[in-house]
Amino acid sequence: MIISAIAQGFLWAVLGIGLYLTYRILKFPDLTTEGSFPLGAAVAVTAIVSDVPPILAIFLAILAGMGAGLVTGLLYTKGKVPVILAGILVMSGLHSVMLFIMKRPNINLLNQETLFDLFEGLPNYYDVVFIGVIVLVILISVVLAFFYTNLGQAFIATGDNEDMARSLGIRTDNMKILGLVISNGVIALAGALVAQNNGYADVNGGTGVIVIGLASLIIGEVMFKDLKLGERLCTIVIGSVLYQILLLGVIELGFDTTYIRIFSSVILAICLMIPQIRKSLNLGTIIGRGEKE
Amino acid sequence: MSALLQVTGLTKIITNQADEDNHILDGVNFTLNQGEFVTVLGGNGAGKSTLFNSITGSTEITSGTVMLKDNDITKWKEEKRSNLISRVFQDPKMGTAPRMTVAENLLLAKLRGEKKTLRSRNLKKNKEQFIEMCTSIGNGLEKQIDAPAGNLSGGQRQSLSLLMATMTQPSLLLLDEHTAALDPKTSKKLMQLTNEIIQEKKMTCMMITHQMEDALVYGNRLIVMKDGKITLDLNQKEKEKMTLKDLLKLFEEEKLTPTI
Repeated sequence: MIISAIAQGFLWAVLGIGLYLTYRILKFPDLTTEGSFPLGAAVAVTAIVSDVPPILAIFLAILAGMGAGLVTGLLYTKGKVPVILAGILVMSGLHSVMLFIMKRPNINLLNQETLFDLFEGLPNYYDVVFIGVIVLVILISVVLAFFYTNLGQAFIATGDNEDMARSLGIRTDNMKILGLVISNGVIALAGALVAQNNGYADVNGGTGVIVIGLASLIIGEVMFKDLKLGERLCTIVIGSVLYQILLLGVIELGFDTTYIRIFSSVILAICLMIPQIRKSLNLGTIIGRGEKE
Repeated sequence: MSALLQVTGLTKIITNQADEDNHILDGVNFTLNQGEFVTVLGGNGAGKSTLFNSITGSTEITSGTVMLKDNDITKWKEEKRSNLISRVFQDPKMGTAPRMTVAENLLLAKLRGEKKTLRSRNLKKNKEQFIEMCTSIGNGLEKQIDAPAGNLSGGQRQSLSLLMATMTQPSLLLLDEHTAALDPKTSKKLMQLTNEIIQEKKMTCMMITHQMEDALVYGNRLIVMKDGKITLDLNQKEKEKMTLKDLLKLFEEEKLTPTI
């Protein structure tokens, strides 16, 4: 069972990394996530049932997610729509886009070749772990390589101190659009992977995913402080796996899975409050070893 | 001397809730020549910072034009102007990116105005030069070269901002009370460093200050602002004749309230 949690953790970590680009680098929560995630699923699954090879289907999903991010970015920077609202608008609009793509509320992948069938030789769950590792290694390398280019540094600076970035000639609006495009591309990739693993795509598959993504991000952060970017991306994977193990624990305790979402929210809420709780109780370093006080 | 910056009829009007027009800048005309180092004095609300903001493009003006190096930059975006103009703010937090290291901050400044591409940032290649620059300041900044800028002391952070602002030698340097948030000793050191860099690089500079002494000691021209207008403009000779006493008296007569 634990191996299935690890497998799930790896796939969902992709979502966490996508969210990191907006939530932590640009410092705003991007609600487009709840639309681009199921959009990625919808595009990939529709492509696969139309006999598109799974890898190409995944690329189509990424492109679709990037398009969604672009719309949010343009609404936010050019249209001056507050970013939360811009995300909500796109998320809501994507519901219709997904129905248009799939022509019905859900499609399943029964008897279809998915990415996971490319590694049929591996025992159950191990194929997912294997693919998860490959995807994460590629994704983290690409994101890191991007961070350490001049463009990537300008992107980070925009989130870190926008006034300064602008005063150094960095086109901060373009950087925000770029961030939203990349982030939602990665999130759609997560959607495409999870959908192939689950065997279906559903227009409502996005509800609550931002909570799952943020949970993996925040769990990684409360456990490890003061890390370099590369290490930070790895802690998102650890956080994601831990989150899945936590959920598994809850299910093992006999909790009705129908009500699982409130647990996701509670876990995230607790994690978000940990710095505050720690401060008021002065517990210091029980959870966050090496943290500066 | 040739005119570097020419500001004509610069006006900014803000309408408050009672529908009253408030002239933050009231038809300012001003020419700055190549190589001038102007100190700017004036009470709170005199329009000094707004003048700077209109020059850098970080605030919209109601009317008037700004010419820089024979370009009409009135309609240029702030990002575009930043090729030619750099600025150090009063708040040490404003000029640096806190989560990026000192070296990373310097690298961003080195690429001021350049198109950002997917080329590797090549931090290592520049590091030696950066360490050398930091060492020349003499406040231990070089030891923090790989530390996040947010961990620096206020003085270190301001000297980093100053390095970043002067690194590519922009046409115009604007200092907005950049020593005001520091303790007297650090403030004095930073002011001396500022003067050295300006002299060495022969930069054209405008400096807002609340320290009357600094306004007299440094620079080769002095202007005083009040109610959105330039009320006094002293050239080098007139400025040299001016004593602290004269200046204080002048401020009293004008009922200006300088905060020393």
